[in-house]
Amino acid sequence: MRAIITILAVAALASVPLWLRDPYLLNALITTGIFVIGAMSLNLLLGFTGQLSLGHIAFFGIGAYVSALTSLGFDIGLPGGFRLVHAPWPPIIGLMLAILVAGLCGYFVGLLSFRVRGAYFVIVTISFAEVVRLVALNWVELTQGPLALTNIPSIALPLPGFGELTLRTKMQNYYLVLAVALIAYLLIARLVHSHFGRAMRGLMENETLAVSVGIDVTRTLTIAAVISAAIAGAAGSLYAHYIRIIDPEVFAFINTVTMVIMVISGGKGSLAGPVVGGLIFGLLPVALRPVMAPEAQWIAYGGVLIAILFVLPRGIVPSLAQRFSRRRSKATALASVTLAETAAKEPA
Amino acid sequence: MTARSVAMTIDQVAVLFGGLVAISDMSFTVGEGEIVSLIGPNGAGKTTAFNVMTGFLTPSAGRVTYQGRTLTGLKPHQIADLGLIRTFQRTSVFPNDTVYDNILIGLHRRGRVRLLDAILGLPGARASERRLRQRASELLEWVGLERRAQDAAGSLSYGEQRLVGVALALAAEPSMLLLDEPVSGMNASETHRFVELIRSIRDRGITILLVEHDMPMVMTVSDRIVVLNYGRIIAEGTPDLIRNDPAVIEAYLGHGVGHA
Repeated sequence: MRAIITILAVAALASVPLWLRDPYLLNALITTGIFVIGAMSLNLLLGFTGQLSLGHIAFFGIGAYVSALTSLGFDIGLPGGFRLVHAPWPPIIGLMLAILVAGLCGYFVGLLSFRVRGAYFVIVTISFAEVVRLVALNWVELTQGPLALTNIPSIALPLPGFGELTLRTKMQNYYLVLAVALIAYLLIARLVHSHFGRAMRGLMENETLAVSVGIDVTRTLTIAAVISAAIAGAAGSLYAHYIRIIDPEVFAFINTVTMVIMVISGGKGSLAGPVVGGLIFGLLPVALRPVMAPEAQWIAYGGVLIAILFVLPRGIVPSLAQRFSRRRSKATALASVTLAETAAKEPA
Repeated sequence: MTARSVAMTIDQVAVLFGGLVAISDMSFTVGEGEIVSLIGPNGAGKTTAFNVMTGFLTPSAGRVTYQGRTLTGLKPHQIADLGLIRTFQRTSVFPNDTVYDNILIGLHRRGRVRLLDAILGLPGARASERRLRQRASELLEWVGLERRAQDAAGSLSYGEQRLVGVALALAAEPSMLLLDEPVSGMNASETHRFVELIRSIRDRGITILLVEHDMPMVMTVSDRIVVLNYGRIIAEGTPDLIRNDPAVIEAYLGHGVGHA
C-alpha cells in the first residue's frame, strides 16, 4: 500500500516537466525541491532524534559556498605571505566536496554539543550559522562578501562515452533535483529502518533506558548529525549551481525557520512529512503572489501553519496516517471476529 | 552453598549527595549464577546502589568490579557492553513503539552492523536483521508477551510493562541482570509467574541481583539476601538466616517487641 503511494507520487513528480511548460512555475518547483531536500535532512535530526538544529541553513550554505568556490576557483593570501590558488574544477566535484565538508562540519557541531544536548544543541547550531554567515560576509577575498559569488557554472554530468551533459534547462535541473531528493529520501528511509534508526528512536523516547541496553548516545547522535549535514550540503550545492549566484544572505535565520516550518507542518518523524510540508510552503508564495504583497505572505504562512497544526496536531502525514490506520485496524478487528465465529461454528 | 566464582564485587562503596549519606561503606559480592536480593526499607539506598553498579552514578568512594574489571569511569552504555544490564523501577519501556519494536531496540548490542551495509541493504545486514527478528520473537515468547507483540508498549498494564522491561534487558544479552523492583504493580499470579521467569533466566547461566519489597517473593527466589538500612549493610545471608535476624526485624518493624 505504502509502496504504491510512493511509486505513484514519484511518477507524478517525474511527469511534471512533460506537461508544465511555464518556466516560472518550474523554477518555483526546482527551488522548492532543493528546500525539500534541506527539510528532509533537518527532519532526520529533529524528527528522528528529537534534536532541534536552528542553524541548519549553515550546512546548506557551506555546501553552496564550497561547491561554488570549487567550480569557480579562488586565489587568496595566507598568513606569512603565501598564496593559495585553486584553479576551477568541474561542478560535480564541487558537489562531492560540498557533501564532505558539510558532513565534517556536522561532525564537529555534533561532537561539541551532544555531550550536553537539548537547549545547548539549539544554541550551538544558531551560533554556528551566525559565525559562518559573518565569515562569508567578511572574508571578501574568498567569498566576495556582500558582492556575492557570481557566474557559478551549471552542473555538468559526465556521461561515459558521450562526454558531458551540462544542465542548462529548467527541465534538466528539475530532474537533477528530483534524483538527488529521491536518493536522500531512500538514504534516510534505510537509515531509520536499520538498527541504527532504532537506536535513534530509543534515545528520543527514553534515553536512560536506551543507554542501559548499550546504546551510545554521543556516537548515535553525532552520526545522525553528520548525515543530516551532508544532505543539507548537497542541497546547498544544487542551489548554488542552479541559481548561479550566492551571497551571505543564504545563511539568513529565516531560511532555517522555513525548513523547520516545512518539517513541523508536514510531520516530523515521518519520512514523507518534510516532502508534503515542503511542497506546501515552497509553493505557497506562488499561489499567494497574485493576491498578496511579499510582506503580507509571511502572515499568511503563520496562519496556514497554525491552521494545519490545529486540525492535524502531529503534522499532516502522521495525523492522516493515524486516522487511516485506525479505520483499517477496526476493519481487520471485525474481520478476525467474524473468522473466529465461523471457526467456532464449524464442528471439530 | 557451593563455592562459586565471584561475578561482582562491591568494595567499600560510599555515595554522598552533598551532606546526605545515601550509601556508607557498602561491601558485598555476588557469585556467578547466583540470585542475590538487596532489600531494605524505603530510602535505604538500594536504587542508589544499582545506579552505581551500572554507571549512572559515580561513587564518592570505593569501587565496583565486574568479572575482574573495575567499572569506575565507564559510561552506562560501556558497562552494558560488559553484559551488566539493569531494569528500572519506573521508566521501563519505549512507550510509543510496539512491544516487538521495543525488543528490537533492546537487541542493539547484538544487531551492530556497519552503517554503510545497512544503508545499502547488503546481504550481511539483511541476514542480521532476520536474525534479530527471530530473536525478538523468541524473547517475547520467553517472557510470555507474544500476544501483545503488536501493541504499543505504553498501552500495556503496569505488570506487562515490567515484563517488557525485563525482555528488553534480556535482549541486551546480559551475563548479569539487575532487576529494580520488578514485581511492584503485579498481582499475585503475575508475581508467581515472574518468579518462574527469574528461575528460568538463572538456569541459562545469568547472574541476578534483585531489589524488591515483596518479601514472600524475595524469600522464595533468593539464594542470598543483603539487607540495607540507612545506607549500611545490617545483615547478609540465606533467606532463613535473614528471616530470624534481630537487626532486620528491628529495621522493618521498629523497636517495641522487647518493650511492650
